[in-house]
Amino acid sequence: MPFDVYLNVAVAGILTGLVYGLMALGLSVIFGVVRVVNFAHGEMMSIAMYLAVVLFSGFHLDPLIMLVPIAAVLFVFGYALQAKLINPFITRPDHSQFLLLVAVALIIVNTLLIVFGPDARTVQTSYAYDSFQVGALIVDATKLYAGCAAIVVAVLLFGFFRFTLVGKAIRACADNYTGALVVGLNVEHLYALTFAIGAACVGAAGAMMTLIIDVTPMLGPSYTLLAFVIVVTGGLGSMPGALLGGVLIGLTEALAGLLFTPSAKSMFAFAILVLVLLFRPQGILGKRVA
Amino acid sequence: MGAAVSGLLDGVSRRAALLLAAVLAALSVAPLFVNDYLLTVLIIILYFAYTGQAWNIMMGFAGQLSLGHALYVGLSAYIAALLFTRYGIAPWLGWLGAIPVVAASAAVIGFLAFRFSVAGVYFAILTIAFAEFARIGFDHLDVVNASSGLFLPVAQYAHNDLWRLRGDPAMFYYVILAATALAFILCRALLKRRVGYYWLAIREDEPAARAAGVDTFRYKMYAVMISAAVTSFAGVFYAFFYNNLFPEQVFNISRSIEIILGPVVGGVGTLFGPILGAFVLTGLAESLNSALAAVGIDLPGAKQVFYGVCLLVVVVALPDGIWPWLARRLGVEEAP
Repeated sequence: MPFDVYLNVAVAGILTGLVYGLMALGLSVIFGVVRVVNFAHGEMMSIAMYLAVVLFSGFHLDPLIMLVPIAAVLFVFGYALQAKLINPFITRPDHSQFLLLVAVALIIVNTLLIVFGPDARTVQTSYAYDSFQVGALIVDATKLYAGCAAIVVAVLLFGFFRFTLVGKAIRACADNYTGALVVGLNVEHLYALTFAIGAACVGAAGAMMTLIIDVTPMLGPSYTLLAFVIVVTGGLGSMPGALLGGVLIGLTEALAGLLFTPSAKSMFAFAILVLVLLFRPQGILGKRVA
Repeated sequence: MGAAVSGLLDGVSRRAALLLAAVLAALSVAPLFVNDYLLTVLIIILYFAYTGQAWNIMMGFAGQLSLGHALYVGLSAYIAALLFTRYGIAPWLGWLGAIPVVAASAAVIGFLAFRFSVAGVYFAILTIAFAEFARIGFDHLDVVNASSGLFLPVAQYAHNDLWRLRGDPAMFYYVILAATALAFILCRALLKRRVGYYWLAIREDEPAARAAGVDTFRYKMYAVMISAAVTSFAGVFYAFFYNNLFPEQVFNISRSIEIILGPVVGGVGTLFGPILGAFVLTGLAESLNSALAAVGIDLPGAKQVFYGVCLLVVVVALPDGIWPWLARRLGVEEAP
């Protein structure tokens, strides 16, 4: 196979990987601060995807513009979920939290199934078949826009956590729960806010994802897993790690699809996860916790 | 025999023993009174009671959260089905062949996890990863017909053939009832022994257990392997009861989650929890199905939404599960 085929597939994989990374970033923020295992992450993304599909088919609104209101909806959803349901669970054992979110995931998947039916939905934008050519490299317009949008959202998020007072307060909660309480931070509110931000991330990622893949109600669980694979690979609690993990997994999947068969691509993502867990359990960019 | 039986009932209050005998008696005669549909529901309930009990050894006793038990069910189902369809080897012998393979696969996962101190949520994700790996791998494995599925010959049998597990639902019912009862007895026996106490110590506080001289690595390995080996029979049963195997279904993450729902709803770490949980969940879901069918509503997904809501309510309201709460109400206390 000529080299430029690999190059094209690799670039497409990296761009998809950036959107994966944004999705995983949402999970990483939640996991890193609230320490709750959000097993409904992929399901939350499918809510966002259906919102994008409905807005597009009903009103011809472009998913890349609608990602702002969609992220806002998911933000409210995430805040309510954490404040009402998950907060009492933060001190409970892992399996208990896990089941709570599995229950939420079951309800989301099957409500979507009842409302939208089992068939795949898709968004056909006017630029769906456009592409840019740079030398031998041909890049899908949709993937390029989605990848760039993912970078923009991620940069905004980094800025928020680095420079704003609320962002610093959230990091303080993650670093030292008791200390945050002592200095008078409203930890419950900040946790809910963190969950909301994570949900908004996955909402934005979902809107972009509609440009790349078709949406079905059953999409949720596999993307929950994918998000976990990415977060653990990149390093738990490391925000650049989540993006890097996303790119790495996106690239692996694309190349595995090319070299073997597309249906076996996730196997390679899991293989990477197993290797990372064994040889660098803290993840590629994660810090070792004693 | 007498000594063994009395040893088995050690520490069981009169009330609990009577209750147990009544439940067992009711289950033994149930096939005489129910129709085929209800019998199938009972089989599914007992199947989940069995797998839940097996999962409970690992999570409930030793505190290692596995979300990949579908791997053990699937592996053993494929081995037994393959041996039967290719070489005519009876399922019981096929099971004997499957046990070492399944236990070894569990040992590999356990070894990798415990040696490299992959614990808690990470361990759970590792178990999912292996099950998913198997799912996609089997989907591309031609020996097992890949994604087109493996089918067992289905024919009308003049009489029940217990040795080859070919027969009517009543036979399958008694097989899974016996298996569930044996698993219960095995778990109780394990808990009463040194290994059981070591497991509980590890579950409650692993560093403390290690400090007290428990070889935690070895006992965690025991838990993982025994749990997988017990689960393997469920795989054989699954293959011969349903007569078809698709990697996409057998190894699916949803199968692993279904396995753990029963014990969690019933009560993690208790002996009756997995059984009670299976009855409550499957019973509720099936009655909802019939209720919806009776009023003529056909909503795919409605059953699962209901499942989700039930699960949510139980997890929020009864964090320890139903059994500890019910046991107090009934005035029977379970030892662990």
